[in-house]
Amino acid sequence: MSLARRLLISVPYTWLLALFLVPFLIVLKISLSDYANSIPPYTPTLEVGEGWSGIKEFWSALDFENFVFLTEDALYIKAYWSSLKIAALATFFTLLIGFPFAYGIANAPQEWRPSLLMLIILPFWTSFLIRIYALIGIISNDGFLNQFLMWIGAISDPLVIMNTNLAVYIGIVYTYLPFMVLPIYATLEKLDSSLLEAAQDLGCTRISAFWSVTVHLSKPGVIAGCFLVFIPALGEFVIPSLLGGSRTLMIGKVLWEEFFSNRDWPLASAVAVILLLVLIIPIVLLQRNEQMQREQNK
Amino acid sequence: MNADAPFAPWEDETATPLIEFSNVTKRFGTFTAIDDIDLKIYPQEFFALLGPSGCGKTTLMRMLGGFETVTDGRITIDGTDMNGIPPNKRAVNMMFQSYALFPHLTVAQNLAFGLKRSDMPKSEIDGRVEEMLRLVQLQKFASRKPHQMSGGQRQRVALARALAKAPKLLLLDEPLGALDKKLRQETQFELMDIQEKTGTTFVIVTHDQEEAMTVASRIAVMDHGKLKQVDTPDRIYEAPSSVYVADFIGDVNIIEGQVTQLAEDTAELSWGEGKPAIRGMAGENLSISTSGAFAVRPEKVAIFTEEPMDRHNRVSGIVEDIAYLGNMSTYYVRLESGALIKSQIANNRRISRRSITWGDTVWLSWTDTAGIVLAS
Repeated sequence: MSLARRLLISVPYTWLLALFLVPFLIVLKISLSDYANSIPPYTPTLEVGEGWSGIKEFWSALDFENFVFLTEDALYIKAYWSSLKIAALATFFTLLIGFPFAYGIANAPQEWRPSLLMLIILPFWTSFLIRIYALIGIISNDGFLNQFLMWIGAISDPLVIMNTNLAVYIGIVYTYLPFMVLPIYATLEKLDSSLLEAAQDLGCTRISAFWSVTVHLSKPGVIAGCFLVFIPALGEFVIPSLLGGSRTLMIGKVLWEEFFSNRDWPLASAVAVILLLVLIIPIVLLQRNEQMQREQNK
Repeated sequence: MNADAPFAPWEDETATPLIEFSNVTKRFGTFTAIDDIDLKIYPQEFFALLGPSGCGKTTLMRMLGGFETVTDGRITIDGTDMNGIPPNKRAVNMMFQSYALFPHLTVAQNLAFGLKRSDMPKSEIDGRVEEMLRLVQLQKFASRKPHQMSGGQRQRVALARALAKAPKLLLLDEPLGALDKKLRQETQFELMDIQEKTGTTFVIVTHDQEEAMTVASRIAVMDHGKLKQVDTPDRIYEAPSSVYVADFIGDVNIIEGQVTQLAEDTAELSWGEGKPAIRGMAGENLSISTSGAFAVRPEKVAIFTEEPMDRHNRVSGIVEDIAYLGNMSTYYVRLESGALIKSQIANNRRISRRSITWGDTVWLSWTDTAGIVLAS
C-alpha cells in the first residue's frame, strides 16, 4: 500500500479512534468504577504520579458491581424490555405507513418524484426539538386535533393522547418516517416494471405478482429501513420524556435520570454499555444485509 | 394439404388462424399507436413484426400478451375473444426484451415460477424444469442466480422460462437485441430450431431486418401503426408493395418517373428525356400514365465497361465512389440525370485485377425481371 493511501485511510480511522473508541473506553471505565460524593463523582481515578503501584491500585478497584446491580433491580430489565417492545412496535407502524409512501413515490410520474422526495426530507430542515413541540401542540388535550374533532362534533370530550405510550408511538413514527421511506424507495425505484409483467405473464394475479416480485425484491430496503428506525428508537430519550407519561418506561429516560437526577455516573455508564451491547446485534445484522445487497448488485 | 408441400397456411383458404386481428385500433390519448389493423397468424408460424421504433410493433405484441387493452376492434386467439382477459389467464407467454428474470430466484426457480402457478402436479414440475434446461443446454446452471450468468445464457433462461408452460403462442420482444452480432446469428438458428422442435407459434418483434429475414416464415412491415406489407421474406425483398417497404428492407435503388406501359405483370417507366423506358415487374395498384418509382436491388445491377447492346435496361454514368467490403464491392454510379445508382458486385477476383476505377464511364444493366415498378 502506498504512503498516500495509508494517509488517506488513517484520516477516518483517527476520527473514529478519537471520537468513538476513546469516549467509549472512558464510559466503560466509569461503568466499572464506584459512586463517590466528589468531583468527578466516581472512584477510583487514575493517579499517574504514583507510578506503577498507582496503576495497580486503580486496576484492582474496578469491578462489575454496577452490572450486577442492573440485574438485581427489576426496573432496569423492565426498562430494556419495554424499550425493545416500543421500538419494535413503532418500527412496525413506521413500516406500515412508510411502505405505501415509498411505493407511491416510486410509481409517481418521473417528474414528480424529486418534489415528493423533497417533501419527505423537508421536515429535517426544522430542528427535531421544535418538531416534537409542534407535535405537542397538535395532540395535547386542547391541541389542534382535539379542537378540530370537537368542532366537527366527532367527539365531546378531548382524546387523551399526550403523556401516553400512544404519543410516544406517534412521535417515533413521525420522526423516523423518512429513514423508512428512503431506503424502501431506493429499492422500489430500481425495480424493473417488466418483472411484474413477467410474473403476471407466468400466471400471477396482480396481487400475487405484487407479493412475489415487489415485496420480495424490496426486502433489502425494508430491512435497512427497519433497522434505521429501530436502532435510534431503542435508545430514544427526547420523545418519551416530552411526549410520554410518567409510566412510559424507556431505557434512554432511565439513563438520563441516573445521570442527571441521581448523579450516579457509574450506574448510568453501565446502562449505556448494556444498551450498546443490545444495539450491536441489529447493527451487525444491518451491515450483513447491506453486504448481501451489494453482492446481489454486482 | 400434402405433407411435402411447403409450410404456407396463409395461402390455404380453409386453414384456421390461431390469431386474428379484426379492425384493431389502439389509441393512447390522442396518439394512434395501432390504426385499424386486420391480420391473421397461423399455428406454428414464426411471425415477425418489423418496423422502425415507434411504429406500433411492440404495442401490437403487448395487446396479444394482455398488457395493453384494445381501443377498437377485436383480437381472437384460438377462436376466443381476448377482450378483458388478463395476462395470467391467456395461453400466451412472453419473452421480455430485458429478459425480466427474477433476480432473487435461481435459474431452476425461475423456470418453475410459472409451473407452480399452473395446474401441473407438483411431482411433474422438476421433470419439466429439467427438460427445459436441456432444451436450452443450461443443465449445469440450474442453481445459478441470473446475475452470475452471461447475457447469452440469460437470454436462453428467459426463452426456456417462457416456453416452460407450453404456451400456444410465444411472444418475443427484441429477444436478441442485447447480444453481440456473432452470438445473435448463432442464436437465430437456435431459436428456429427450438421453434420447430416445440411446434409453438412464435411472434417476434424486431427492428433488425436481417434477423426478421432469417427467422421468420412471414414478416409484417409496419409504419405509423399500419401494416405496410405482410408477406414471406423473399416476397418482401423481391416484390415489395411500396417504396417504403422496398426502402426499409435492405438496400435499394429508386428511379422515379412515369408509368408508360402496363401489361399483366410487366410495366415500363419512362424516367428521362430521350432515354429508353425501364422495364420491370408490375407492382400492386399500378395504373398507366401516373407517376411511379422503379426499385431494383444493388446486387441485381450489373456493371459493364462497354454498352451491353443485348439488354433492354441499360443506363450509363460515371463511377463516383467504390466501397470495398472485402467479399464484395459497391460501385456508386452517377447518372446524367443526377441520380446515384448502386451496383454491388461479388469480388471473385483479386482487387488488383479490377478493371473499373473512379471517374470511369460505365454502363449499368439489369434484367427485365430484376426490378419492380411501384406506384408512388
